Amino acid sequence: MTKIATREAYGQALVTLGAENPDVVVLDADLAKSTKTLAFKKHFPHRFFDLGIAEANMIGTAAGLATAGKIPFCSTFAVFATGRAYDQIRQSVAYPNLHVIIAATHAGITVGEDGASHQSVEDLALMRAMPNMTVFVPADAVETAGAVRAAVACDGPVYIRLGRSGVPVLHGDDFELVPGKAVEMRRGLDATIIACGLMVAQALEAAEQLAAEGIDVGVLNVHTLKPLDVQAIVNAAQRTGAIVTAEEHSIIGGLGSAVAETLAEHYPVPMLRVGLRDVFGESGKPDELLRKYGLTAEDIANAVQSLI
Amino acid sequence: MDMDQAVAELAEKARVIRRHIIAMLGEAGSGHPGGSLSAADIVTALYFREMRLDPSRPDWPERDRFVLSKGHAAPVLYAALAERGYFPVEELGTLRKLGSRLQGHPDMKKLPGVEMSTGSLGQGLAVANGMALAARLDGRDYRVYALLGDGELQEGQVWEAAMAAAHYALENLVAIVDYNGLQIDGPVSEVMAPEPVPDKWRAFGWHVLEIDGHDMRQILAAFAEARHTRGQPTAIIARTVKGKGVSFMENEVDWHGVAPKGEQIAQALEELA
Ligand SMILES: Cc1ncc(C[n+]2csc(CCOP(=O)(O)OP(=O)(O)O)c2C)c(N)n1
Ligand SMILES: [Mg+2]
Repeated sequence: MTKIATREAYGQALVTLGAENPDVVVLDADLAKSTKTLAFKKHFPHRFFDLGIAEANMIGTAAGLATAGKIPFCSTFAVFATGRAYDQIRQSVAYPNLHVIIAATHAGITVGEDGASHQSVEDLALMRAMPNMTVFVPADAVETAGAVRAAVACDGPVYIRLGRSGVPVLHGDDFELVPGKAVEMRRGLDATIIACGLMVAQALEAAEQLAAEGIDVGVLNVHTLKPLDVQAIVNAAQRTGAIVTAEEHSIIGGLGSAVAETLAEHYPVPMLRVGLRDVFGESGKPDELLRKYGLTAEDIANAVQSLI
Repeated sequence: MDMDQAVAELAEKARVIRRHIIAMLGEAGSGHPGGSLSAADIVTALYFREMRLDPSRPDWPERDRFVLSKGHAAPVLYAALAERGYFPVEELGTLRKLGSRLQGHPDMKKLPGVEMSTGSLGQGLAVANGMALAARLDGRDYRVYALLGDGELQEGQVWEAAMAAAHYALENLVAIVDYNGLQIDGPVSEVMAPEPVPDKWRAFGWHVLEIDGHDMRQILAAFAEARHTRGQPTAIIARTVKGKGVSFMENEVDWHGVAPKGEQIAQALEELA
């Protein structure tokens, strides 16, 4: 299966978008080569601003550009975008509800060798808790392009969580991302795995493994963490009676929390959360880290089996 | 209009604005008089002479922008906006009350004329940079003004933004430092000395002007010089007196964030009569 990193798809989507929409501007903080905004810079140098190693300033500058009708995409690593510039996102972007798109790359532990200082495990919790913020977690290259497009059509601030490592392409080119509408990747009766980002591919693999053992599980892909597709989650709970969430993020505050909140309020069923268990990551190869921290297809399959 | 008359009219307007500040804060029962009063002459000069504005069209794309980075001085901004006709003067009495458009710190989504929501110090200059860049991208000639506190200069983001503004040669940008020498915990020089302030801005690549921030002629001359400055942004370091115009508030650190009450309101208004 072809693998493409979502950051790679982001860089390409920006170039396409830049050609279509003259109001799109791109800001980076000395990571354009890594975040892949460099492609946009090459095509549209006068609409690209490198703010240097100054993330707070990048977010504030984007806010100012947005007040004048520009559509700024800001990129840096997720850990810096949401951590270093948290207050700027809160005060200068989210509170005034400005249309600033924060497309953060290198999210999660699959950053790999750089280690915990560069691995955001709490960015979704921070951005999900932020009023006005829309949160996308694309699972593949096609969803990334869709999220970029959808972000432009959104009203207020948008967070797009992107990864460093290659992930399988799950959708055909005809796939259309509808914000807030979860995608049923696979239908099943015994349990539902609700996943986002690169864990969607792992969830599909887990479903295959379980099918071989006669367990029929569905996979729901939540590419929009906010607004959350409450109906799709409740439907899955009603149909299958057991839910496992899977995310490359802390089990606190991200997808697992969002689903647990939804089930608790609307349709409580047994559930388990696969994700980082309140710990930081460390250096290692992405695959090694996914194994060590329990984020593989096997881990998901085990969670399903222990639940039903 | 000749200069003497213009200066006299602006001084009179600043007096009216100072009265509004006292009345609003008295009515609200909380808020920040010191830094509102120190900035009154500068803000008056901006709104009643320097800036290109049309209060009937707060969204006019060609308007000049003012970012009150020291957002706690909201009363001076509200008073200027009301006097300039953005909303009825009577509305000033709703400051900080439930349902009011005049939030404790400026909210651009609530009140027409407010260009940026502020309150978390250190952020306004970066936003002003973005506005100034947008003007360039759109080929518009509007200008952008940001007012910062001297204590606020301790925020690292100010210097990130200062570096960026010079890097992008934002000649349509003016940063004004309300150099009143005080912050909450004491004199700025004791809490975290910023000196030499003008040299710092110069070293960051700005055209720097030092003025008396209560001398209307100097304020206007500085804005005029900034308008003719090419290739770099202008920083106006305005020496001011915190609490200016109300004798018992002047240079008093304790009048940073408490509102006057009863007899204090009466005395302040009398001094500003
Ligand atoms: C990021 C941030 N930290 C702290 C505060 C609380 N605060 C409000 S005003 C102020 C002092 C500001 O001093 P200065 O910038 O000198 O303003 P001025 O003297 O003009 O009132 C502080 C610390 C804040 N608003 N924002
Ligand atoms: Mg001060």
